[in-house]
Amino acid sequence: MKSYRVLRTAFKAIRRNIMRSILTTLGIMIGISAVITMMEIGKGSSSAIQRTISSMGANTLMILPGTASSGGVTFGSGSVMTLTPQDAEAILKEPTVRAAAPVVRARTQVIYRDRNWVPMYIYGTTYDFLEVRDWTDLSDGVVFTEEDVRTGNTVCLVGQTLVRELFRGESPLGKTLRVNNVTFKVIGVLSKKGGNMMGMDQDDILVAPWTAIKFRVSRSTMGSINQSSSSAQDSDVSNGLYPGSRTSLYPVPAENQTTSRPNPVRFTNVDQILVSARSAENVSASISQITELLRQRHRIQAGEPDDFVIRDMTEMTNALTSTSRLMTNLLLGVALISLVVGGVGIMNIMLVSVTERTREIGVRMSVGARGRDILRQFLAEAVVLCLAGGAIGIMIGRGGSYLVRLLLNWPTEISIPAIIAAVVVSVGVGIVFGYYPAWKASRLDPIDALRYE
Amino acid sequence: MHVGRLLTREASVLERRELKLIRVVDVHKTYLLGEIELSVLKGISLQIARAELVALMGSSGSGKTTLMNILGCLDRPTSGQYWLDGEDVSRLSADQRAVIRNRKMGFVFQNFNLLPRTSALENVMMPLSYSHEHVSEREARRRATSMLERVGLGSRLDHEPSQLSGGQQQRVAIARALINNPSLLFADEPTGNLDSVTSREILSMFRQLNREQGLTIVLVTHDPEVARHAQRTIHISDGSIQDGLRPASAQPYLPGLKGPSEVCA
Repeated sequence: MKSYRVLRTAFKAIRRNIMRSILTTLGIMIGISAVITMMEIGKGSSSAIQRTISSMGANTLMILPGTASSGGVTFGSGSVMTLTPQDAEAILKEPTVRAAAPVVRARTQVIYRDRNWVPMYIYGTTYDFLEVRDWTDLSDGVVFTEEDVRTGNTVCLVGQTLVRELFRGESPLGKTLRVNNVTFKVIGVLSKKGGNMMGMDQDDILVAPWTAIKFRVSRSTMGSINQSSSSAQDSDVSNGLYPGSRTSLYPVPAENQTTSRPNPVRFTNVDQILVSARSAENVSASISQITELLRQRHRIQAGEPDDFVIRDMTEMTNALTSTSRLMTNLLLGVALISLVVGGVGIMNIMLVSVTERTREIGVRMSVGARGRDILRQFLAEAVVLCLAGGAIGIMIGRGGSYLVRLLLNWPTEISIPAIIAAVVVSVGVGIVFGYYPAWKASRLDPIDALRYE
Repeated sequence: MHVGRLLTREASVLERRELKLIRVVDVHKTYLLGEIELSVLKGISLQIARAELVALMGSSGSGKTTLMNILGCLDRPTSGQYWLDGEDVSRLSADQRAVIRNRKMGFVFQNFNLLPRTSALENVMMPLSYSHEHVSEREARRRATSMLERVGLGSRLDHEPSQLSGGQQQRVAIARALINNPSLLFADEPTGNLDSVTSREILSMFRQLNREQGLTIVLVTHDPEVARHAQRTIHISDGSIQDGLRPASAQPYLPGLKGPSEVCA
């Protein structure tokens, strides 16, 4: 019996009792549509969760200068100055990097009128800092521009804690405050972020162009505040930072230039570079790319240790992957249960169908159908039923997830593997649960089958 | 000039005489009902020639249905031999018997046994899908149509069994039985569910098929009226054959019976 004949016969048998066929396949239909909807919602929420965790910094990399050592005494990480703003720019060109921001830190007093406060963080950086920290939505005002960074404008963004402590609720926009006796104009207010994982208040922050912090604020304070800066004073340009770079990095400016501009002619270092990978999966790729790049830029010979340290948020990344794995397994379990239920339904109805059509089986056998012909026919029927149910289920599932997105505003994402799995599973269910009834039908004795009432 | 032809004819006659279509020797059939052995057929021996119209008669429980099942290769004898067309089919497997049934036999049942909610045409085409020669869809359709036309249902190809009368259903069943050009047709109480007029139509159709196409027909019945249409009646009682052969000449011609062609018109 040719396969197309088998299929045709199966289609005819299904059409002959269309109502029962629909009811039979309803289990599969519901199962598959539930699976598809769940998978799409699950995938949507999973990526939403991933985004949320990412915003907590899961794909953030922190690049710190390496350690300096002298006579067997190491000074700890950050004790040598090796990172430059140009490193940050170069890192930004790597394909797996979404944003890279150089950071210059300071710790000093901030004064507004008669109030003063020492913020936990005074960060000199670029706009990318807010990208990396997923902090771009300000609660008020605007972010400083590239131009501000280039010219070292004394503008700043303040965190909510500063607003509370210094401004006591009044709008800080346009106000000027003094940071280590340098006046800064507040042009934006950061949105509330609360404590970080270590319980540190992230809103206790002042963000300004790194040039302003570096060259205006830290100049006078870094000796006492910043270790890396203090070491910077020791190893000045004259020593040459990297082996082989004997010439000075910048052209020596004219006399009047030095007096009119605060930009000192010396090697500009930053305290750290914050990098955001494109996604949490990209973190390890980013690390190796950045390592490669920085070793090359810093002219580190093979075999020599890095002069920088890259830190990633392993803990968070682990939490992220375990969350998504849990989610997937949960959905898989639900899918499995609903499909088994659907399959049992198919088996049930197929068994009823075999009993009901015993006479038909007898007739087919009397005109020369062999056991395997009957087996194939019933199996084909079950598979066609399941496949049709699966196809309708996929459509219902897609529609369902669309409705969920439309009405409940839940994030959903189309899942191609789920659709492929649904097709494979519905055929599998058809074969597995259709086999027993089909086998039973094929084992019927034609005489008994013909006489069956 | 006709010597050759005469010779071949004689040879074929000889061959026919020698090689009966059905030859059954000492067939027993025993069923096991738990511990008890129930002997249904107790040593049946019979022969049926080609182009014979034989009635297998007996009361219910006599074993005639069991014998028909064995003759129709639906069942195997417990012991004894059964040669069909010179081939011993008493030891064939279920699949091999299915092939024999498909090629050489047709069945007509008391309750028609048509597939419900399936058109007459599809019903007739059904055996072709199990046939070993590969029949194309179009060819199958053509053959089924001409077969239905022959039994006088050319205008009812698309009717489903529920839309057909008993006689029409039985004619569809006959068309289905004949679609594979069998040499042997079994009719198990073919008129049991029909009124007397329709019964006569169906029976005369059998006679016509037997006469015009040389189809061997085995009529299984308990009704002497039906058996009268056969050339020979084999009486079965309590699992054995009661009397032997009845000469073909004893078969009376039945006047007043219309031929199927007239009936169907």
